[in-house]
Parts: sequence; C-alpha cells; structure tokens
Amino acid sequence: MSVFSTYPGQVIVDNPVSVPIEHRFDPYVDNGGTLLSISGEDFCVVAADTRQSEGYSINSRYVPKSVKLSNKTVISMGGCYADCLTLTKKIQQSMEWYQHAHGKTMSTAAVAQMLSIMLYQKRFFPFYSWCILGGLDEEGKGAVYTYDPVGSYERESCRCAGSASSLIQPFLDNQIGFKNQESNKTKLSLDQVLRITKDSFTSATERDIYTGDYLEIFVITSKGVEVQKMDLKKD
Amino acid sequence: MDTLVSKYANAASSASFDNADNLGDNLSGWDAATKFALPAFDIPMVANPTDFLRAHTDASAENRIRIQHGTTTLAFKFQGGIIVAVDSRASGGSYIASQTVKKVIEINPYLLGTMAGGAADCQYWERELGRRCRLFELRNKERISVAAASKILSNMVYDYKGMGLSMGTMITGWDKTGPALFYVDSDGTRMKGERFSVGSGSTFAYGVLDTGYDYNLSVPDAIELGRRAIYHATHRDAYSGGSVNVFHVKETGWEFIGNYDVGELHWHYHAQPKGVIA
Repeated sequence: MSVFSTYPGQVIVDNPVSVPIEHRFDPYVDNGGTLLSISGEDFCVVAADTRQSEGYSINSRYVPKSVKLSNKTVISMGGCYADCLTLTKKIQQSMEWYQHAHGKTMSTAAVAQMLSIMLYQKRFFPFYSWCILGGLDEEGKGAVYTYDPVGSYERESCRCAGSASSLIQPFLDNQIGFKNQESNKTKLSLDQVLRITKDSFTSATERDIYTGDYLEIFVITSKGVEVQKMDLKKD
Repeated sequence: MDTLVSKYANAASSASFDNADNLGDNLSGWDAATKFALPAFDIPMVANPTDFLRAHTDASAENRIRIQHGTTTLAFKFQGGIIVAVDSRASGGSYIASQTVKKVIEINPYLLGTMAGGAADCQYWERELGRRCRLFELRNKERISVAAASKILSNMVYDYKGMGLSMGTMITGWDKTGPALFYVDSDGTRMKGERFSVGSGSTFAYGVLDTGYDYNLSVPDAIELGRRAIYHATHRDAYSGGSVNVFHVKETGWEFIGNYDVGELHWHYHAQPKGVIA
C-alpha cells in the first residue's frame, strides 16, 4: 500500500476502497419564496417576500431575495438560495469590472444579456434559480427581463416567479396585461402597480406555505431605487 | 513519491492564486471580448456529467429543473421567397411558462432562425451563430451563405451530442443562390428543403400546410397559409398556443409581417365558410 499526502495530516490512499460508495450527487434544494416584477412607463417595481424555507421548516423570516445592482437595475432570484447567492456575486463582480474597464455603469439591457450568458455557461450543471431583472432601459422606460434556469430570456411587461407564481401570474395577466378584458386598457400608475403588487402577495401568503413574513418592494425611477417594506402574515 | 507530492503541492498554489481571474490585481486586462470569446461550460465534478443533468431535469426529479419546451414552427419556400410562422407558447411541465415567447430569432437582417426544443439552447447558439456570421462578413467582405451558416450551427451543436442539448431549428435567408431553407437539430441532422414544420404541433401544421401549399401562391395567400397552419396546430396541440408570429424572407432581407392572437384568430376563422384553405 502506498500513501502520500499534500500537507501534514492529510492521507491519500491509492489502493481500492472496499466500503460502499455514495454515487448520488444532489446539490439542489428549493428554498421557496415568490418574486415579481412589473414595468411601467417610467418606473419599474421589483418585489419579493423574505421567507426562506426548506421542506416544512422555515429557515428565516428575513432573507432578502432582491439586490440593487445599480441606480437603474435590481435583480431578484428564487430557487436554491446557495446558487442565487453565487450568481448574484458573479453579476456584481462583473459589473464592477465593467465599471473599471469602461468608466460607466452597465445598462439594464447589458446586464440582462450578461446574465443569460452566465446562466448558460452552467448549461450542464445549472444554477437552480429563477431570475427576474427589473430596471429602466436606456430611454428611461420600465423594463422586466425574465429567465429560465439555463438562460433563455425575454423582455416582458410583468412576471411572477417562484413558489406562488402559478397563483399570482394569472392575476397579473388580467390586471396588468388586461387579458380577457374588453375595455379599460390604460397605462397603470405607480400607485396602482404598488396596490396590485401588495394584493398579490397578501393573497399568495394565504394559500402558499412558502410565501410570507415580509414583503420587500424595490421601486426604480429616474430618481434612483427606493425600498419599501411591508408585513405579511407570519404563520 | 516525492515527485507526486511536489506535483500536487504546486498544482494547489499555482492553479488558485496565480490566476488573474480570481485575484483582482489585473483589472485592466479584463475584456468582455476575450472573456466571452469562446463558449466554455462548467461541468459537474461527477463520474458521468450527462447522467447528472438528466437526473435533475427528469420529470421524476425531486427538485426538477424545468427547461422551457413545446412549440409549433414552420417555414416554406414559394415563388415570393420564404414564409416563417411560429406560435409563442412555452411550457414547463403542465404550467404555461409564457405566452409571449419570440420563437423567430433574428440572427442578422438576412438570416432568421426558429426556436423549438430548449429555449435557452436555441437562443444561445443562434446568437453565437450571429457572431460568427458577422466575423465571416468582416473577414471575407461578403455575406455568408445560408448553407454555410446552417452548417456552422450544425457543427457547433454536434460537438455536444448526447450531452442533453435540445434544439430543432430552421435556418432561412436569402443569399447569392436565392432563398434558402435548412433544418438543423441537436442530433446533428442538417437538411435542405422546400417545406418544414418542427415541434410538438408539427403534425397538425403539416396537415394544413401540405393541403394548401402551391409554389405559385401569392404573397398574401402564402402568409395566410402559414398563419392558418400554426393556428390549427395551436388548436389541437396543448403545448402550442399564445399568438402567431409571421415573417417573410425576401431578396432585401426579412420582414416582420405581424403578431396575431390565437384567441382572436379562432373567431376570425370561425366566421369563414368551412373548407376554404388559403
């Protein structure tokens, strides 16, 4: 038997191992939570609850899912929290390097394309994450970009993702996209959008066990990013 | 044994600390053009990476990664060029993930690609194709042929055969030889043709398309045929729906014809006499 080590104390044995080997590799866990983003004429709203769960137990009542990336861009992520943290850090690092290299902040559209590539670079070992990027475009109009876990992306007017997405998205389609409505197709004000956002989350909290505790709302306007916090039910 | 020890000891220090990518001491050297120059993918450190991906995208997986799927797309050649028509639904399992997907990918003003299978696979590789076509133009001072472009795409994805990519696409455009239409998929198939339909609703679309097809169709009639074929596919295929996007490829490049909500098309066709096709 030959034994060698790379540092004192470590022992690597190169003869056959006779104990059973665990072949399964399960690096993913769903930490639940819901996020949504709605764009308006000259604003964008990004909102997410702050509950973090694992199975039937609640890890924490306040773990934010959204991060301000610049004065024009906010990212929100749900899914496996570990993957979301890593991905957020990668985006922030790249944005910082872009700032140093080009002397300007990345535009929302540029961050959006970059995030798609970052997700696709892990096509064979995906990040378990649903991403929604909200912000203002180069013309100052509200922009929402949505992603699947491997980087397919699209600009939309509104989107909800995460554990209560199937509860909230149809409501958004009706109230924001005016789907199946005959009339009343007007542009929504920030106040109306905030009301719809809050109603979405209070209702989802009633029916989804993974959504609750607090609601954190990021409002992006030409003046910058403003954060609001609201209580949700804690049961 | 000493050589082994030194080999591993060196590897640990040189790999992680001399790398400018990890330490922020060489920021001026960072450049998006080189950073994203060639595709490089992270691979899970397991014995069989392909099995890993399959296990986690499988319907039975505990935490399933749902990649968007489901489609009807079609394209056909006729006397006025090529008509491309697609639906706009994306589904993850039984949930409709989106009704507004752009399944026609505008590679450049003369090339169009369609999206069926994995949305991310089609988007990423057709964007990469667009980049390579632009490089071809700059190097050769002329536009790339559709045959060559489709072959670049086919060869790129063939390198990853068996690793889980899912892509069924039609590459269309107008080059020196006139209008051209190719079918390319992630298995490595690449074929030239007059008429294709791809996706879960393709059989329904073919039924309408083959019945109404004539090479001498006028432009408005050809547009109507494409739109109708997609509409009927969305009606019978649960994985297709949303709205119909129609494009016309001409000598001067492609032109976007329109977006038609399937909900409204249904009543439009309902009011028409039965048995009329195109």
